[in-house]
Formats: sequence, C-alpha cells, structure tokens
Amino acid sequence: MSDNHGTDVSVAEHGDTPEFPLPPHHHRITDTDPKAAKRAERQVAAMFGLSALCTIGFVVAYVAIPTDTFIALGPIGIVQLSNLVLGLTFGLAILLIGLGAIQWAKKLMADEEIIGERHPLGSPKEDQDAALAEFQTGLAESGFVERKIVRRTLIGALALFPIPLIVVLKDMGPLPVDSLNHTIWRKGSRIVVDVTGKPLRPEDLAIGTLVSASPEDLDKIQELEGNQNARAKASIILVRMRPSDIKSQQSPEGQTWDYQGILAFSKICTHVGCPIALYQQRQHSLLCPCHQSTFDLADGGKVIFGPAARHMPQLPITIDSEGYLVAQSDFQEPVGPSFWERG
Amino acid sequence: MSLIVKEAGKAISRADERAPISSLAKANLRKIFPDHWSFMLGEIALYSFIILLLTGVYLTIWFKPSMIEVPYHGSYAPLDGIPMSEAYASALNISFDVRGGLLIRQIHHWAALFFMAAMIVHMFRIFFTGAFRKPRELNWVIGGSMIMIGLLEGFAGYSLPDDLLSGVGVRIVAGIIESIPVVGTYLMFFIFGGQFPGSDFIPRLYTFHVLLVPGILLALVGLHLVLIFYHKHTQYPGPGRTNTNVVGYPLFPVYTAKAGGFFFVVFGVTVLIASIVTINPIWAYGPYVPDQVTAGSQPDWYIGFLDGMLRAIPPGWETVIWGHTISWNIFVPGLVMPGVLFTLLLGYPFIEAWVTGDTREHHLLDRPRNAPTRTALGVMAITFYGILVLNGANDIIAQMTSIPFNYITWFTRVGIVVFPPLAFVATRRFCLGLQRRDRDLLLHGRESGQVLRLPHGEFIEIHTPISDTEKAVILSKVDVPVIEAPPATDENGVVTPGLKGRRRRAKWSRFYFGDNVAKPSAAEIEAAAHHAHEEHDHEVEELTEGGKDIPARLTD
Ligand code: HEM
Ligand code: FES
Repeated sequence: MSDNHGTDVSVAEHGDTPEFPLPPHHHRITDTDPKAAKRAERQVAAMFGLSALCTIGFVVAYVAIPTDTFIALGPIGIVQLSNLVLGLTFGLAILLIGLGAIQWAKKLMADEEIIGERHPLGSPKEDQDAALAEFQTGLAESGFVERKIVRRTLIGALALFPIPLIVVLKDMGPLPVDSLNHTIWRKGSRIVVDVTGKPLRPEDLAIGTLVSASPEDLDKIQELEGNQNARAKASIILVRMRPSDIKSQQSPEGQTWDYQGILAFSKICTHVGCPIALYQQRQHSLLCPCHQSTFDLADGGKVIFGPAARHMPQLPITIDSEGYLVAQSDFQEPVGPSFWERG
Repeated sequence: MSLIVKEAGKAISRADERAPISSLAKANLRKIFPDHWSFMLGEIALYSFIILLLTGVYLTIWFKPSMIEVPYHGSYAPLDGIPMSEAYASALNISFDVRGGLLIRQIHHWAALFFMAAMIVHMFRIFFTGAFRKPRELNWVIGGSMIMIGLLEGFAGYSLPDDLLSGVGVRIVAGIIESIPVVGTYLMFFIFGGQFPGSDFIPRLYTFHVLLVPGILLALVGLHLVLIFYHKHTQYPGPGRTNTNVVGYPLFPVYTAKAGGFFFVVFGVTVLIASIVTINPIWAYGPYVPDQVTAGSQPDWYIGFLDGMLRAIPPGWETVIWGHTISWNIFVPGLVMPGVLFTLLLGYPFIEAWVTGDTREHHLLDRPRNAPTRTALGVMAITFYGILVLNGANDIIAQMTSIPFNYITWFTRVGIVVFPPLAFVATRRFCLGLQRRDRDLLLHGRESGQVLRLPHGEFIEIHTPISDTEKAVILSKVDVPVIEAPPATDENGVVTPGLKGRRRRAKWSRFYFGDNVAKPSAAEIEAAAHHAHEEHDHEVEELTEGGKDIPARLTD
C-alpha cells in the first residue's frame, strides 16, 4: 500500500522560508572585550599546560609506586594506590585537553549559527531511470534471464555451497548421548566433605546442619578428564533433620533413601544450574542465590517458590561396613537444568 | 596567507593528485551540525566504544584465554597456591603485577557500562523525538542491533576472567541454551565442546569477544556514522529552523573542537572513575569452581532485565510431551521474551509509518507531547523494563530494605501487567494536557500575574503574548489527520478491496491521533489576537459579553 492514503505532514516545502526568522546573534563578552578574550585564552592555555604536567606525573607515578600498596579511601573502600594515582594523573591529563578544547570553542571561536539547506535525499528521476536502464543492459548482456538452465544450476549451487561450512561445525563438541543423565556417584561411593576431603560418619552431622559434599573419587576423575565436568554434576548437600520432620522423600515404596534423618540432595539448582548452599534450617528450605528458587527438603525437595520447575533430585544414601556414609547408587534422574531429551 | 595555510595547501595539492581530497574537503569542512545536549548521548556511546577498542587491545597483551589449571603464585597473597584457570590467573596478573594493568581493566569495564547506558539513553532520545522516521529507519535498526550485540559482547567480556561470579553467569547461560526445544542440548554441547564447563569455552569466547563481535560492531558503527553524515543531523524546532534547512555550527572548527574535546572529556571522566571506584574486583570472588557460588550474584546492569524476568516466573512452568521436556520457565523469559522485545523495538519505525501512512522525510524533531501515543508507548516500555531491572536486583533490595524478596517478586509478577498500561494512560493524558496548554499559550498568551481592576469592580488578569521563539516551537506541531475507514462497499455496491486491513489501520490511526488537540489555525490566532486587543480597549463591553458566556458554558 504505497500509498495514496498517505497524508501530507510536511512542515514546509523545499525552499520555504520559516515563519519566524533566526533570532539575531548576540555577542559574547569575549567578542566585545579584548581583556575577556585574553582571559579566556589564558584559561584554555592553563588547562592544556596542566594536562601536560599530569602526563609527566603519570610517568613519575608509574616508576615510583609499586602495585602492592593499598590504601583506604573513605566510603569507597580499599583501593590499589598505583591504580589510584596512575588513573588520576592520566584521567586529568585527558580530561583537561577536552575541557580546554570545549572552552576554546565556546569562548573564542566564532559562535554564529549558520543556516544550510537540505536537499532531497534521493537521486533525481533521470538518474533513477538511467540506473535502471544500465541494469537492464547488463542483465541482457549476461543472458541471466534467457539462459534458464545456467541460472537455475547457479542458484542451486549457491544454495548448497554453505553446507560444508555448517557440517564442519559438527566437531565443535561431542554429541550429548546420555552424559547428562549420569553422574560419577556409584553404589558404595563414599561421601566426603567438599573442602577437606574427609569421609563422613552419621555422628559428624548434628541435626539442623548442612554440609557440602562430593564423591570420594572426584579428584581422581577430574584429573583424568582434565576439567571440572564431574564436579559440576556430582556435588551434593547433606542435611540432617529429625526423622519425624521429614514429610516425604523421593524414594519409591519400600526403599529408604535417607540415613536416620540424613538426606542427600543434588547441589545443582534444577532451574538453570547454580550451586545452592543457603539453607534455612527452621523451614528446611534451600534457597538458590541466583533466582531464588526455594526447595523444601523436608518434603521431597519440592519447589515452593521461584522459577524452578522441578524438585531437587535426591541421592539415595546409607552407610558402609566401616560406618561411613555412602551412596546407594547414582541419582535416579538427571541433575541440573532441564533439557529436551530429559523426558 | 599564514604558514599553516600555505603548508596545508601544499599537502593537500600533493594528496589531491592521488585522490580528490579538495573536493571532499570543500564539501564537508564547513558542514553544519545542529547543537543540543541530547545529541551528545550518541557521542558518548561512540567514544566509549573507541575506549573499549583501545583498552581491549591492551588487555589482549597479557590476558591468557585458557582453562588449563595452574597454581597461582602472583603477588596477590590471599590466593597464593590456589589452583585456578590460566584465564583467571592472568586476569589477576593484569590487576596486580602489570603496572597500570588494573587501571586498564577498570577503564575497559567502566567504558562497557557507559557504552551500554549511553546507547540506551540515546535510543530514548531518538524514540521520543521521532528521529527514527523516514529517512532514518535503517539507522534505528542499526542502533537497536548494536544494543543487542553490545549486550552479548559485554556478557562475553565479563565472562572471560573466569572468576566465581562470571563462571556462575556462564552456568546460567548454559542452562538457558539447554532449554531451547529440540536442539538445545546439542547447541550446548557444541558451544561448550562437551559438558559444562569443559575446557573450550573461554578460548572460544575470547575470539568471539576480541575479534568477531568487535568487527561486527565496528562495521555497524561505521555505517551508522556514514548514514548520519549523509542524512545530516535532525534538529529541534525553533525560530529559523524548518524541515528543509539545517541550522548550527560548521564541522571545522567549532564542531571539531566541541566533539573532539568531548571525546577527551568522556575518556578522562571514565579514567577518573576507573581510578577511584573499583569495578568487578575479581580477586575478591576467587576462581570459578562449579560447585561454589557467591551470594547475591549480580550480572552487569544491562543484563539485569533478563535476570529480572527469569526470576519473576512462578514455579512449575515445564511440560513433558512424548518423552520430551519443554522448559517454558527458562526458554520464554530467557530467549522468547528478549526476541519479541527486540523485534518490536527494531520494527517500531515501520509500525508507526504504517499507522500514519506517512511517506515524507522528517528532519525536524517532534516534541514528545505532540506524539502522545508514541510517547506513552515509550514510557510504557520503560516502565516494563524498569520493573524487570528492579526484580533482577530483588535480593539486593531485600537485603537493603528488609522487605522479603518474595514480596518483591510478587510485586513484579503483578506490576509487570498493571503498571505499564497505567503508565501509558497517564503519559498520554499528560501529553494531551500539555498540548492544550500550548494551544492556550498561543491563543491567549501567558498569565502575567498582573491583575487589573475594571471600573465596576471586576478583576481580570492581564495576559502577555509569548515570544517568537516559543511560538515557533509550538507551531512546529504537525496535526496528523486520522485516517478514516472506507465504506464497506462503494456506490455501486462493490466491496472495497482490502477492507479489513484498511479498517484495522483506521483503528490504529484513531488510537494514535484520535485525541489530538488541533493546533490553532492562522485565522484563529489572528482572531484571538484581535479579541485580546478589543479586551484592552473595551473592557466593560468585553465583560458583559463574558458574563453572558458563563451560563452557556455551564450548560455545555
Ligand atoms: C563493545 C565492545 C566491548 C565491550 C562491551 C567489552 C566488555 C568487556 C568487559 C565487561 C570485560 C570484563 C572486564 C573485567 O575484567 O572486569 C571485558 C574483558 C576483556 N575484554 Fe572487552 N569489551 C569490548 C571490546 C573489546 C575489544 C575490542 C577487545 C580486544 C581487542 C577486548 C578485550 C578484552 C579482554 C582481553 C578482556 C579480558 C581481560 C580481563 O578481564 O582482565 N574487549 N570486556
Ligand atoms: S539457578 Fe537456581 S533459581 Fe535460577
């Protein structure tokens, strides 16, 4: 629809004179009083001069101040002295050039507004016609229109040629297969405290505590894989509550997944995967610092607030013959954020 | 002729034998640029970008984009001996062992924050003054794209140092990618070279951050500037300014000095802030370990609205169909919503052009009040955005105010639906009120505060006419006529072609311009002036006339 319903909203046609003329130009004091002009000139020069001094100051500070000195800067807190002085000298050196130039323009350069005409942006009609004619000639000479077979094969070839560029991307990474469905927890994996690597006995956990933990062989495996992939899925939290406080668990009929009120849950939020360790003991709730999904650990880890859609997966645990806490198996469902193939 | 001019002449003529420098200089040295403070917003964005390029190149000298684990032995004692990625170790090295390195990191980060802020505020200016209208639609699209790309670039940048805070951000993005139906898991594995976190991501992100995206941005910035130069700058209405002229200062010397000087001001201020206020103290967060997190994880401010949207979703938005999981709770706020928002943003000039049916060139800016519906839509969008930004910081606000964060989230869930329409209605009415005031000013002048007592005791206030400058500004208003829907059939009973579309457009046109307070015609202004004149001469008659008027008005 281009466009006979168009409305004419132009203010003035080309060449129209404005209804109100440009107001007369006022002289600045620097235009009329040579002393004021001289003063402005001195101001500008002083700024440029100071700038040069600051640059020298920068070089001096660079040589003189080591990077490991820190000072307290009032409400701003502790700052690196070298950063502070280098920044102040360099910053002022730059800023003063800018202020000087602007002052110069404002006070001393001509400040009379000038009127220029705008011209229609498009090319004139003759040019448009001529361009089209040139294009037509070129098109005819190429035979692009008549030689159908050439044209069609060319379009086909051009459509196909990017395929290799996409295919090659295939080796950017391995296919997911089912790696997201498993972690390194196995039957009998000992549960160790995250920081110390110490295995845990039930007695180590008082009621109301939360401990971040991981499988005993994590470090070995990480070295093998050369990265932190295993840790990103396997870390867990252990909480202990009064068995009578536990409303529900994820264990199927006839199985116990806790050990005397000790419950193990994945530490990886089911929303988009932040690790969680904020535990509100009284409500037995676990709060994710990223988007505040809140999980009720006394009630099967279900979501009670926030954007997560699924409960925190529970790890079935028990103790081994030496009395240490161990996993009964891997998680029974994928941990972390949802994904298409999860089901 | 002074020495400078002589030397310049020689240099130019030498160059001229190889390229038409003189013709270029002749056409452009005295090109006119209108002046207004709001035109500096775009300049701030441009200058911040230049600062980013400059400091970014310095950072590449020392930064090592590698996830190989090394023990740290630099001069930051608290982390001594701790295993960390080379990326993090090298960022610490830049901060503590390269003199001036911390300063460059801080300038780079502050400039990134200013870059995004300046672009967004600049966009507001363009929007509310209608500067995106023909012929500048393409520049609007380029600008909007730069905001979107800048957002990605900023995210990539602060993810590079691989500290605990940025690693958590990357984990979130990985989770968002995983939420894409059908291909999400594959995309995630391709981007990360396997499972999260893998060891490919930082090196890949590095190339993206220092080569691919800056290249694209540079091209877009260049195109943006070329178009500005070609279109010439828009100007605000005022005496002497029309749609067909451009009033301002010449490129050389005034604009060169002001704009060039302003570059140094922006750069200088950025450096000063970087020297005083620490941004992103990566050493305080520690290295990224996938099972740790900092409390109150906050992204850079320009990501905040996305975070706020993620946080606002209520529990349970996930469906499983035929053994496949669709995470609406992540996919919608994380990808669909920004996609829709940016599409609307980029498409706005075309939507408005369709509604007005306007094919003219516009070089004189609108006053926001004179486009009430557009202004109201803008305020509505800002309200929507603002609520999301607030919610993105709900934990911080909760901490500062001791309002529980769930209340803030609930406020957001409700407010996001309620407040934007309220803002729309209020803004529109406010604009129409200003239009009415403008009309009164034009017709009756301004209340002078001077009261006159008439012979029979009545008091009247004297109105003084407004200045020519004010008149020129008010009269710049353009009354866009409402497009009426055509009749369903023409006189021969033939159904009007495209009836539905044209009716829809008529509806939109009414929505945009239906309540417009018409600008007084020349005749009305003339009559009002005449009237005022009489009022002065024949106060008494005037009064009785006015007295007669009152009952009539009451029965209106
Ligand atoms: C529009 C452009 C850009 C934006 C918005 C941006 C933003 C950022 C941000 C926010 C950071 C984190 C800084 C920190 O550690 O606190 C960063 C880091 C970095 N940027 Fe950029 N950047 C941009 C362009 C560039 C360019 C052009 C280069 C190089 C040619 C570059 C090189 C780097 C490097 C090497 C780092 C990591 C070093 C470090 O964090 O210490 N950036 N960028
Ligand atoms: S990652 Fe836990 S709430 Fe988003």
